Amino acid sequence: MSGTAVIVDYGVGNLRSVARAVAACGSEPVLASNAAKIDRAEKIILPGVGAFASCVEALDAHSLKEPVLRAMNDNRPILGICVGMQMLLDKSEEFGEHAGLGRIAGSVVAIPREGVDGVQHKIPHVGWSPLQPSGAGWKGTILEGIEPGSNCYFVHSFSARPERSDVKLAVCDYDGIEICAAVRTGNLYGVQFHPEKSGPVGLRIFNNFLSLPAA
Amino acid sequence: MKTIRLIARLDVKAPNLIKGIHLEGLRKIGDPAQFALKYYEQGIDEIIYMDIVASLYQRNSLGNIVTDTTENVFIPITVGGGIRSLADVEKMMRCGADKVALNTSVVQRPELITEIANRFGSQCMVLSIEAKQSGPGCWEAYVDNGREHTGLEVVEWAKQAVDLGAGEVLVTSVDREGTRKGFDVVLTRAVADAVPVPVIASGGMGATEHLSEVVLEGHANAVAMADILHYGRTGLDEIRASAANDGISVRSI
Repeated sequence: MSGTAVIVDYGVGNLRSVARAVAACGSEPVLASNAAKIDRAEKIILPGVGAFASCVEALDAHSLKEPVLRAMNDNRPILGICVGMQMLLDKSEEFGEHAGLGRIAGSVVAIPREGVDGVQHKIPHVGWSPLQPSGAGWKGTILEGIEPGSNCYFVHSFSARPERSDVKLAVCDYDGIEICAAVRTGNLYGVQFHPEKSGPVGLRIFNNFLSLPAA
Repeated sequence: MKTIRLIARLDVKAPNLIKGIHLEGLRKIGDPAQFALKYYEQGIDEIIYMDIVASLYQRNSLGNIVTDTTENVFIPITVGGGIRSLADVEKMMRCGADKVALNTSVVQRPELITEIANRFGSQCMVLSIEAKQSGPGCWEAYVDNGREHTGLEVVEWAKQAVDLGAGEVLVTSVDREGTRKGFDVVLTRAVADAVPVPVIASGGMGATEHLSEVVLEGHANAVAMADILHYGRTGLDEIRASAANDGISVRSI
């Protein structure tokens, strides 16, 4: 494991679990609640839990939005988790329309209340779903070495809909509805599921992320 | 078919994992964090910790146990028992919990459901219901481990709580709890069909076929298991294989 990976601490989410997962990969977890720490970071983990707008606002209110955007401009490896992934898109429709960080073209929309069979299903989508490859495959990405069909833990009511299908790294299925499970453009990654709650598979994903070459 | 979650429910009277019958007559079993780790390594999907004396003492004493557990257990953890305020929720989250399960305090003050959902997200707010049958197709919600009446009809209460922001409902049948006679399938189905959020069936699992019943006939989205695991009567491998054999999708390990 090389370099430092910081976890953006802007007052939301279960940071302890993310930090423990990083530690379990043999890396020292560093929480960053100020711009200087993020500017120095080689790799950045951007968690997010709760409503989209409150996450974006909290990031801004903690003056951490600009340093995160700078890291994206530098193409430093970044991993957005759950709402941290959703924030990478242009906008979300959760509780009205709200702007995201705009690094992946597309929007975040509500998961349809019915499966393709027309039968109402449970929202939020909670549970373990198998990841399937999408786009250019997993080699050289944070999903390298993960068996297609491996299960990860999801809990969400909204999901990302990127405009370009080549940014989709993995998808999963919810009653016939395709859920975008992971995105990638360059060194910018996002996962809808919670790798810190996805057992050994999730730890492998963290390990891959922490092993990415620095920008 | 959606993947059904298999959940280990660990009732705790700190510092011990305990098990009762009808939520009473408690026996000590061991160190809860050790059991949680064992189940994690065997591939359980989630852990529920329930402090079963917390409401009596008006506090939850699970913080340290949750912290110990999250050192090496990387799956979702729900904590319940004696959680009465936003500050209590925040404390549990800081200890590493992902969700909280509330019963007594939200019966007393249902608005707390909305406050928790707004602050931490609905996915974090699990409504815990202790249900006792009061007549054919009728169940009353209880508090304090099935001792105190609330006068609330279970299905109506579940619907109200979901409208207020509960993101999941844990339905424990006090009648079946600890009996190993199987889940209250009719109760589970009544709640699961009435609310748009996932429902966890709890109380009564004594054999693998009980899981299939409560999923296929009771429409449960998740199944909580306690003494079938704690006493090692049936292994998780066997439970998963039996579910798959009955056409139920479970996480492949």
